[in-house]
Amino acid sequence: MIRRATVLLLLLGLGGVFSALLFGYTPDDELNRTAAYYAGQTVRDTGAANIVTAIIVTYRGLDTLGEVTVLFLSAAIVGLVLAHGARAGGARRRPIPPGELLETGSRLLTPLILLLGVHIFVNGHLTPGGGFQGGAILASATLLLLLANPMRRFSHRLIRLLESLSGLLFVLIGLLGLLLAGGFLDNRILPLGTLGELTSAGAIPLIYSLIGLKVGAEFSSMLAALAETQEP
Amino acid sequence: MSALLPAMGLLLSAAMLVAALMAVRGRRSLPISILAAGLVSLLASVQFLLLAAPDVAMTEAAIGSGLTTFLFFFILARVRHD
Repeated sequence: MIRRATVLLLLLGLGGVFSALLFGYTPDDELNRTAAYYAGQTVRDTGAANIVTAIIVTYRGLDTLGEVTVLFLSAAIVGLVLAHGARAGGARRRPIPPGELLETGSRLLTPLILLLGVHIFVNGHLTPGGGFQGGAILASATLLLLLANPMRRFSHRLIRLLESLSGLLFVLIGLLGLLLAGGFLDNRILPLGTLGELTSAGAIPLIYSLIGLKVGAEFSSMLAALAETQEP
Repeated sequence: MSALLPAMGLLLSAAMLVAALMAVRGRRSLPISILAAGLVSLLASVQFLLLAAPDVAMTEAAIGSGLTTFLFFFILARVRHD
C-alpha cells in the first residue's frame, strides 16, 4: 500500500516537473548566437551539406573522439567481464534451431543491411545520419547473423584489426589537421570540393567512415563476446 | 499543415503510451513485450522526425528499435535454452 502510494507520488512529481517544462516552453523567434553561427558559416568553413555532421566531426571533433573512446572502453570491459565466463563452461549444448524463415531471411538481408550501413556513413556529410548510426546498423547485421545461427563465430582478429586501424587512422587524420590546416581534426587537409558531392567537405567523409567502421567493430565485438560466453 | 503536425504528435504520443503499457503489463508473452518496447522506440524516432531532427531519429531507429530489440530476442533465446 505504502509502496504503491510512493510510486504514485513519484509519478505525479515527475509529471509535474515535465508539465512545468512543457507549459513554460516558448519557441524562439530566431536562432541563438551559436546556432546562427553554425547555420551561417558551416558551408563556408567545412563544405558539408549536413550541418549536424559538420558539428560532430569538425567543430566538436574532439568530443566525438571522446565518445568513440568511451565506446571502446565499454566494449573492452564487456569483453573482459565475459572472458571469465567463456572459459568456465564445459561441453556446449545445441541451442534451439531458429527456423527456416530466419535462416533464409538473414541470408538475403545481411548484405542489404551492411550496404545500408556503409551508405549511411559514407554519405554522412550529405544526408542525415553518419558514423554512429551506420556503425549500429553494421552491428545489427552481425546480430542478425548470430540470431540465425547462435553457433556462428566471427574472427576476433579481423574485428580487432578493423577497430584499432580505424581508430589509429582517425587520430592520425586529426593530427594531420594540426600540421596542415587550422587545428586538431580540421577537415581542410583535403580540398573542400563542391557542395553536395560525395567527395566534398574535405576529410569529413573519410573521418566519418572510419568512425562508422570503428563503432560497427566495437558493437560487433561486444555481441560476439556475448554469444561466445558459456552459461556458468 | 500547422494543425496537422501537433495532431500527429499527439496521436503518436498516445500510441507510444499504449505500446509502453503493453511492454510493461504484457505478462503473458515476453516476445510481445519486447516487440512493444521496440515499437515505443520506433514511434519515438517518428516523433524526432516530426520535430525536424532526422539525425536523432536515425540513431533512435538504429539503436533503440533495431539493435536493442534484436539483442533482447537473442538473449531471450539463450535464457529459454537453459
